[in-house]
Amino acid sequence: MTDVTSNTSWTAVCQTSDILPFSGVCALVNDTQIAIFRTKDDQLWAINNFDPFSDANVLSRGIVGDLEGKLVVASPIFKQHFDLETGQCLEDDSVQLQTFSVRNNDGQVELAL
Amino acid sequence: MNKKQRVVVIGNGMVGHKFLEVMAEGNTNNEFELITFCEESRVAYDRVHLSEFFSGKSAEDLSLVPEGFYETHNITAYIGDKAESIDRANKQVTSASGKVVSYDKLILAMGSFPFVPPVPGHERDNCLVYRTIDDLEAITAAAKNATVGAVVGGGLLGLEAAKALKDLGLKTHVVEFSPRLMAVQVDESGGALLKRKIEALGVSVHTGKNTQSITDGDQHKHVMSFADGEKLETDIILFSAGIRPRDELARECELELGERGGIKINNACQTSDEDIYAIGEVALWDNKIFGLVSPGYQMASVAAEQVLATQDAKEFTGADMSTKLKLMGVDVASIGDAHAKTPGAKAYSLIDESNDIYKKIVVSEDGKQLLGSVLIGNADEYGNLLQFMLNSMELPEHPEDLILPQREGSASVGLGVDALPQSAVICSCNNVTKGDLCAAIEGGAVEISELKACTKAATSCGGCAALTKQVLDNELEKQGIEVKKDICEHIPYSRQEIYHLVRVGKIKTFAEFLSTHGKGFGCDICKPTVASVLASCWNGYILEDELATLQDTNDYFMANMQKNGTYSVVPRVPGGEITPDKLIAIGSVAKEFDLYTKITGGQRIDLFGAQSHQLPEIWKKLIDAGFETGHAYGKSVRTVKSCVGSTWCRYGVDDSVGLSIEIENRYKGLRSPHKLKFAVSGCTRECAEAQSKDVGIIATENGWNLYVCGNGGMKPRHTDLLASDLDKETLIKYIDRFLMFYVRTSDRLQRTSVWMDNLEGGLEYLKQVVCEDSLGLAKELESEMQSVIGTYQCEWKTTIEDPEKMKRFSHFVNTDVSDNNVVYVKEREQIRPARKEERIEIAPA
Ligand code: SRM
Ligand SMILES: Cc1cc2nc3c(=O)[nH]c(=O)nc-3n(C[C@H](O)[C@H](O)[C@H](O)COP(=O)(O)OP(=O)(O)OC[C@H]3O[C@@H](n4cnc5c(N)ncnc54)[C@H](O)[C@@H]3O)c2cc1C
Ligand code: SF4
Ligand code: FES
Repeated sequence: MTDVTSNTSWTAVCQTSDILPFSGVCALVNDTQIAIFRTKDDQLWAINNFDPFSDANVLSRGIVGDLEGKLVVASPIFKQHFDLETGQCLEDDSVQLQTFSVRNNDGQVELAL
Repeated sequence: MNKKQRVVVIGNGMVGHKFLEVMAEGNTNNEFELITFCEESRVAYDRVHLSEFFSGKSAEDLSLVPEGFYETHNITAYIGDKAESIDRANKQVTSASGKVVSYDKLILAMGSFPFVPPVPGHERDNCLVYRTIDDLEAITAAAKNATVGAVVGGGLLGLEAAKALKDLGLKTHVVEFSPRLMAVQVDESGGALLKRKIEALGVSVHTGKNTQSITDGDQHKHVMSFADGEKLETDIILFSAGIRPRDELARECELELGERGGIKINNACQTSDEDIYAIGEVALWDNKIFGLVSPGYQMASVAAEQVLATQDAKEFTGADMSTKLKLMGVDVASIGDAHAKTPGAKAYSLIDESNDIYKKIVVSEDGKQLLGSVLIGNADEYGNLLQFMLNSMELPEHPEDLILPQREGSASVGLGVDALPQSAVICSCNNVTKGDLCAAIEGGAVEISELKACTKAATSCGGCAALTKQVLDNELEKQGIEVKKDICEHIPYSRQEIYHLVRVGKIKTFAEFLSTHGKGFGCDICKPTVASVLASCWNGYILEDELATLQDTNDYFMANMQKNGTYSVVPRVPGGEITPDKLIAIGSVAKEFDLYTKITGGQRIDLFGAQSHQLPEIWKKLIDAGFETGHAYGKSVRTVKSCVGSTWCRYGVDDSVGLSIEIENRYKGLRSPHKLKFAVSGCTRECAEAQSKDVGIIATENGWNLYVCGNGGMKPRHTDLLASDLDKETLIKYIDRFLMFYVRTSDRLQRTSVWMDNLEGGLEYLKQVVCEDSLGLAKELESEMQSVIGTYQCEWKTTIEDPEKMKRFSHFVNTDVSDNNVVYVKEREQIRPARKEERIEIAPA
């Protein structure tokens, strides 16, 4: 993980080992629900947990995988896919979720808002 | 044309109805008024599949007339009203109820009646025939107080009638006058083999027997005395000694008849009166009666086109009488000149005594043309051979290769369907050519079910089903449409192939599967599919790390996610039986966690509105009260519905609740391609609706009837009867095999109903696999099921005993607060999710 400028403040939310590879958890930071996913080689990704298609906070509970070369999570409710890197919905161009900076700091999962 | 032409049809049987269908289609300008007299108490139904009435099909199932069809096309049907006389001079028909209807054109489609030989005593009680639904109802009623039944006549229909008696639980005899069975269709060696096979099924066959009288029996109602002095006691006698045309109306109004009956028609199906046509089994063309439905349908089309004055109207020029049937599970087929009567004809025959197969082909003197064939025991070549004959295609150098069993490595000699001309008739019942099929495939009918629906091919006798499928596959292949079965971009296999790879390779994890048989990381299609297959095969604990992340959220949380992200909880209530204490326990859990409760459509109770972090606590309480998970979330066994059964119900003949509970406990936890629902009813009143389930069981006086492959849902389907009067041990064995065979061969998310509709060979094939063990798989399937049963665990129990696993149920990984987006309001004294406009605080924009 590359180092970041000194004024970014990182919040630790859990251990990397708390997230099974190819799955997600949800963290609450500054009243925002953030879905954090772990993929191969302990890479981490963070997007908004709110599923705009069902209006429910559920994305962290979706199945994680890849489609057409992109790492994605599938909404557990209506099954739309979201690109973990960009937050873009694959089925609907007009929908893009907010993404967040996340890092693996010596076994700690840290988020920057 | 000013005045409408009135067309009156006498007889609303299969052929009469076909005529109306063709007329309705051509009557686009409403020039014709259509009226039909129907003697029977119901509109046209499928007589060809009459026997299915005994395997659970109702009169409605057999009906040929879609609801509203006659209304839509302005067809007047006088049901239960027999036409009694024809006045040709005034062009009028008078009916039994006194209606007098004039006609411009008259169509005679009265069919035929079963011939009852004038043996003294033939009119006694319980001497019946086999032609109409009313006849079948009479047979069923008579069978209630009978133990033995005899069929007079060992032809095609006689054997079908014998099967019906056997299915009704009677000791069954077939009495045939000639020295062999099916004398019309098969030759001597074929007849002998057929007799052996049918006797092996428990039906006694008496050939060369001339019945001389029927009188009072000692042990049974009747005794039949034969010319050779022998006697046979029986309670029921069914006459099936041939058919006679119902030409009496035509005789009275002096239409020309044949010497031995039948209304004479020309190539336009016209009788000796040009305004009167005759079609179907009542018609005599070139001195022949055609006792099959397909020639009748052709006559109906010809007559309709004549009446409609269609340009280039077709003519009737005779019909092929080849047939293929399954008689009591034995394949029998006869094509063309089966008896080699053509001068110079040569025959080849194959008798395989170890497999009880008899095959014969008759070829022309020069060996180039096929003239006829007889197949018994295995009729796989029927479609091929028929096409050789109908299209006068040149035979291969060694025609005998067509019926010789293939040795390993040798290529099949059958003709590829590719070789058939476009004009080749593939389905003779519905007159569908290869060209028609190709056009439909071109038009997008790429599934066999679609092709059947839009061309009607293979929807009547079914004899052409295999060939229809071959044409489909061949066309798709030619169009370069690979029949793609890959489940997703990661795994280039169908679910069935995945299952096989997992079993054979003893694969236990998704990673292992992907590294050997796939690519990438997987997705929400392949992960749950492989997880389900792994569960069907090895039945591991689904939240084991490796398996957990493959599961859909419902399986991962072992609860059903609702629209607002909360979950529902469904404890198992086997058979729907529940004690007051357990009801109270459910009630108090619901009260404590403020959950919405509802009785489900599956006879159990659903608790809605639980947040993920509450699930372990809820389940701890339920498990303490003696509950187990209901697997409402899984593609797995759901519920076994029951009716109250013989314990309380005055009509119950067996303990349906007891059996439901036993079955639910046996199969709970089985994961499958789609969900599985069962039901058990204690008698034929069927209060548990077993005939709409994947597996339905109904108690009978003699055991249990097993029905399979029904479902409700979007496209409801009633079940098919797989086997009857089973003892419990056999019943369970059959269900084990059935379920495992489905699990093994089904596509992903394919209910048993759709699986069955796509199963080549259909119900008969399934019966062979499950009941007769034709694939030799029975032991394997049973032991696979045994291993699933032996490894059952309540997943919730395992989970609450493991603190590590409990962690993953909290909504947030970094705090214990709950999701503030979950907002409830009260309705009818219970909670429900707030609608958007009712929510005070909405989550991030
Ligand atoms: C709760 C219940 C409705 C109720 O309040 O009565 C229900 C609820 C759901 N049904 Fe159902 N079905 C329920 C009985 C039925 C029945 C009736 C029955 O079982 O006798 C049927 C018709 C019978 C059948 O399945 O053949 C039924 C046919 C369906 C179907 C259509 C299946 C099909 O083959 O077409 C679906 C969709 C699917 O599975 O793909 C479905 C799917 C669903 C889902 C899972 C939809 C979803 O994904 O959210 C619902 C969520 C269940 C939950 O607990 O949150 N449900 N569903 C019933 C639970 C029964 C139980 O005790 O387990
Ligand atoms: C058990 C069974 C199995 C069969 N299996 C096959 C098979 O596998 N393949 C095959 O090709 N064929 C089979 N057949 C034969 C096939 O059913 C007949 O060829 C076909 O039904 C003939 O049609 P139809 O309309 O001419 O006669 P029907 O279907 O008999 O219809 C004639 C109708 O006219 C009515 N009627 C008669 N007189 C009057 C009147 N005066 N007024 C009003 N109504 C009148 C009759 O009540 C009857 O309903 C089978 C037949 C039976 C009984
Ligand atoms: S019928 Fe539809 S809305 Fe009702 S429970 Fe079943 S799936 Fe849900
Ligand atoms: S030949 Fe009878 S259904 Fe096609």
